[in-house]
Amino acid sequence: MTIRFLFPFLMIASWIFIALFAGLLPLHPDAIMLEKILIPPGEQAWLGYDDLGRSIAERLIMGARTSFMVAFCVVSISFVLGTIVGVMAAWFGGWWDKVTVLVIDIFIAFPGILLAIALSGLLGPGIMNAVVALSVVGWVGFARLARAQTLTMKHREHVIAAQALGTETVQIALIHILPLIIAPLVVEATFAIAGTVIAEASLSFLGLGVQPPNPSWGSMIRDGTRFMLVAPHMVLAPGMAILLVVLSINLLGDDLRDRMDIRSRRAKFNRKNTIQLFQAG
Amino acid sequence: MMLNYLGSRLFEALLVMLGVTTIVFMLIHVVPGDPVEVMLGESAQLADREALREALGLNLPLSTQWLNYVSGLLQLDLGTSLHSKRPVIEILSERIPATSILAGTSILIALIIALPLGVLAAVRKGSFWDTGAMAFSILGVAIPNFWMGPLLILVFSLWLGWLPVSGDDQILSLVLPALTLGTALAAILSRMIRSSLLEVLNEDYIRAANARGLSPTTIILKHGLKNAALPVVTILGLQLGALLAGAVITETVFSWPGIGQLTIESIQKRDYPVVQSCVLLISLTYVFVNLLTDLAYVFLDPRVSLSE
Repeated sequence: MTIRFLFPFLMIASWIFIALFAGLLPLHPDAIMLEKILIPPGEQAWLGYDDLGRSIAERLIMGARTSFMVAFCVVSISFVLGTIVGVMAAWFGGWWDKVTVLVIDIFIAFPGILLAIALSGLLGPGIMNAVVALSVVGWVGFARLARAQTLTMKHREHVIAAQALGTETVQIALIHILPLIIAPLVVEATFAIAGTVIAEASLSFLGLGVQPPNPSWGSMIRDGTRFMLVAPHMVLAPGMAILLVVLSINLLGDDLRDRMDIRSRRAKFNRKNTIQLFQAG
Repeated sequence: MMLNYLGSRLFEALLVMLGVTTIVFMLIHVVPGDPVEVMLGESAQLADREALREALGLNLPLSTQWLNYVSGLLQLDLGTSLHSKRPVIEILSERIPATSILAGTSILIALIIALPLGVLAAVRKGSFWDTGAMAFSILGVAIPNFWMGPLLILVFSLWLGWLPVSGDDQILSLVLPALTLGTALAAILSRMIRSSLLEVLNEDYIRAANARGLSPTTIILKHGLKNAALPVVTILGLQLGALLAGAVITETVFSWPGIGQLTIESIQKRDYPVVQSCVLLISLTYVFVNLLTDLAYVFLDPRVSLSE
């Protein structure tokens, strides 16, 4: 157990724990206390108060809940939808596959979260619309991966045998294909969670995600930028939270990918020999 | 063979562009309820609503609306802004230079940071430089634009007082937004340069050059980096998407008057034709640049096989 694994693991574990149980704590993230406006971090409140005298620590905790819930919903929806579409495209092939590939290419042609920004802007601000907008963008990655993986599995002997035995298509997909393609999809899901955390915060930063007074890390940064001159802690705290969560997920994802990819391990070993040539010289 | 590939790649790009246009066209139809009602408010007169509906062409069947939209696009007619009543194409062309300058400077900054960092990390693999470069890369990916921006403002404008906070009145105000986008891109790029160069340094011709007694610098720059450049160019093309989407947020942070800020402004004003046109412009630029990088790849690398 290295620090490289332990640190992100603990970070993510506490993120999920806080997200799940924040509702049970006696928190008042929306309580306005005028006498505490813009108080910097100190002994009494270690993250200080915002422009309305609300506790930043408490808002950070409720913000963790928002970001986790959105990431969980979006990635679950994208995972299931994308996998179904991808497996179906590869399995049925022909025109069905061609059309799916074209649709995937079209969705990928929209840069980054631009489509999600436009979609949630036009649907109207709100957390539900943000989830819809991010899912519309999110399924594509899973579909493309699931399709590519299924194509390599389609002609395996055990699948052909199952077909010859007259097994139902749905059963083949669920029992004979899905377990073999799930590993890369899970790795993809890890990175998708990190991406969605940033995307949700971006939408909320632009005022398109979570609506006030509900806290989100993105909208906290948005509020903070107006008071940066006098209260930089309003911007620093939520940004640090996003950084730590995204960093940890990415580190865990890298770890997961390396464990599953035998090829990259071998490549690393091969490269070592050549590189030493240069380090010596 | 070459012409065949060119033809099919062009056809594919055209199909994707048409698809992108169709989705952007459909955006106005996902507005919940009646878009006309949203634009005019609930108290609007029935006659006014009908007039606006007709002006937008929303009373026509969907297929006719789509045909009108696409044929309008072909004549560079993007409609009229609901807010300022000016042609959208005019508004867009005022904003394009600002975004182009920002994107260009960001790519330049990214290359200036990522090239030496990536090369050092690959050549001195496992050293302090490598660890540092990869730490920078992992951090850079995890820091969102809308936090990097305020952080840079805090450090350079408030604490050091070197640069203005926002606006476009001075060339100096380009520095912080370009740095925000540039470092994010450099984070990904340095990682790509490192892995691409590592791949190349493993090739036989590098070993041969080494055996011929060429200096390490010559080998790395002339034989290594030159061959590692192509995949990096492709990645740069693909990352342009993240850069342009990031520009939407970064321009908002720094009040940089480009297409990105226009997108957010028109979303807030519910100026649908302008929103549609911004998204369309950014996306089509992205598709077009990636088409160019794909084609450049074929022309520049004789090893790319087109036998398929």
